[in-house]
Amino acid sequence: MDTLLLKAGGWLAIVFFAFIAMVLAADAGFAVHMAIIALAAGITLWVTINKADYAAIGRGILKAPADPGIYDDDPIRWGVIATIFWGIAGFLVGLIIALQLAFPVLNLNFEYTTFGRLRPLHTSAVIFAFGGNALIATSYYVVQRTCRARLAFPGLARFVFWGYQLFIVLAATGYLMGVTQSKEYAEPEWYVDLWLTIVWLCYAAVFIGTIVRRSEPHIYVANWFYLSFILTIAMLHVVNGLSMPVSLLGSKSYAAFAGVQDALTQWWYGHNAVGFFLTAGFLAMMYYFVPKQAERPVYSYRLSIIHFWSLIFLYIWAGPHHLHYTALPDWAQTLGMVFSVVLWMPSWGGMINGLMTLNGAWDKIRTDPIIRMMVLALAFYGMSTFEGPMMSIKAVNSLSHYTDWTIGHVHSGALGWNGMITFACLYYLVPRLWGKERLYSLRMVNWHFWLATLGIVLYAASMWVAGIMQGLMWREYGDDGYLVYAFSEVVSAMLPMYLIRAAGGLLYLAGAIVLVYNVWMTIAGKQREEKPMTETPYDEAADKPIVGKPAIEPAE
Amino acid sequence: MSYEALRHFADSWGLLFLGMIFLTMIGWTFRPGSGRKHEEAAHMIFEEDHDDG
Repeated sequence: MDTLLLKAGGWLAIVFFAFIAMVLAADAGFAVHMAIIALAAGITLWVTINKADYAAIGRGILKAPADPGIYDDDPIRWGVIATIFWGIAGFLVGLIIALQLAFPVLNLNFEYTTFGRLRPLHTSAVIFAFGGNALIATSYYVVQRTCRARLAFPGLARFVFWGYQLFIVLAATGYLMGVTQSKEYAEPEWYVDLWLTIVWLCYAAVFIGTIVRRSEPHIYVANWFYLSFILTIAMLHVVNGLSMPVSLLGSKSYAAFAGVQDALTQWWYGHNAVGFFLTAGFLAMMYYFVPKQAERPVYSYRLSIIHFWSLIFLYIWAGPHHLHYTALPDWAQTLGMVFSVVLWMPSWGGMINGLMTLNGAWDKIRTDPIIRMMVLALAFYGMSTFEGPMMSIKAVNSLSHYTDWTIGHVHSGALGWNGMITFACLYYLVPRLWGKERLYSLRMVNWHFWLATLGIVLYAASMWVAGIMQGLMWREYGDDGYLVYAFSEVVSAMLPMYLIRAAGGLLYLAGAIVLVYNVWMTIAGKQREEKPMTETPYDEAADKPIVGKPAIEPAE
Repeated sequence: MSYEALRHFADSWGLLFLGMIFLTMIGWTFRPGSGRKHEEAAHMIFEEDHDDG
């Protein structure tokens, strides 16, 4: 009872302090954020009091002990739902901003809905909300299954889930109000950064605690990838977020670094967010869920370890390729380029390892749409990890940088690799987590696959054309030594490509809506009556002995 | 430590140190008898399918 009182009192104190901070806030954005924090703490207070097991407290135990014989899957189920929810939100905002680029009138002449405010909302929603929830949920799932142990610190695991959702809400509302520290993929201001640091350290504690409690002596390679993702993101986030707030009751802060040092710190962060959040973390998903779905062990376990160490040692140096032809010293640019090109090798090693896991079971691509999604994800992992090193070469970069080619590259990685592997994992997880025999419909997974694939193809192809055209038009000099095209002419030349890109985004969103329906019906316990994906053909006419001809002549 | 000293440390001993760790990690996977251990590790994710009944 004392602990319960202490907890409730603590939440009440947070409500109180957040309210004071709201009243004394130096700017409107900070006031809104403090109101959100007060509300969140208030809801937690209400839940703490209402859901407490008073009967158990009366008997002298604070909480009915959890059954150690089953895995702790509640936060994973919440994570699956959060992944889908934020995914739809992020894809939708992406479609809206794609249309804004084609039709500027859709900015609505309203500060909260301009492209500049909605763009970070889109990137953070898909990377950190959709991708982040998928990573947290799958890591909780995989670490328990591969360690054969229940999740450590169950209370902390739940705090990580809800704390992360609060971070997403604070970040997203901040972007709309213009609260940003103007660092790409690290836009949230200092107090939101501090909150994420707390949540992330708790996440690390839950994950490492579970590994420490493991019953299996060997730590499966997927956990290595998850662990590197968790630790590296903690380091990147803290260093890149170093800043000095103007006021402890205001949202504005200034970065600890200035000039080119700030730029390099930002891209050391930015590129490794791609390397460790969108690559190492999702490779962890690949190394568990692809073998499980294919029912075959990974092609080469040794290669997976070599893949791991090469990725860790190389990725961290590739950031400077974002700053080619800037004030960054030339040697640093070249260093970034060389490491990016070398990085191609481990990336393809990992792709081959994933694809060859299907060796001897390639027919599953025809019969199992979830495997098909995984194979497409790996194909796009391979494609974008070839395209990236190529674009980091300075000569190529002088054409591609600042153009839509970069946007196309990012989306072939994000929609193709991160999106498809996440969808495949969600389809794997949902029937297992909710105790259903199978998905509502495998044929709808197939629909999702084709809608998404077509969407990615339209997106990537149109952005290649747009980007290369843009780059060539920008650098086109006439005989008189002047630039041939005005910037506005380049913009208007891209309208058709922008329309095709928006169509691709619409298809991708449509595929995700099919997923929502399929997952919804699966959780509701329904199974669609449908033709199976494959039938083994049976020819009755051929299924008989051959008569009228003598059998094989006996030997003399 | 000055910037100059730091970068000369980074491109000499620092580079050697990280390079050696990397080569050790890669070399370790080729130690004798590792093949069978890797085989077991690759199959461990399927063990639950058997003893869960």
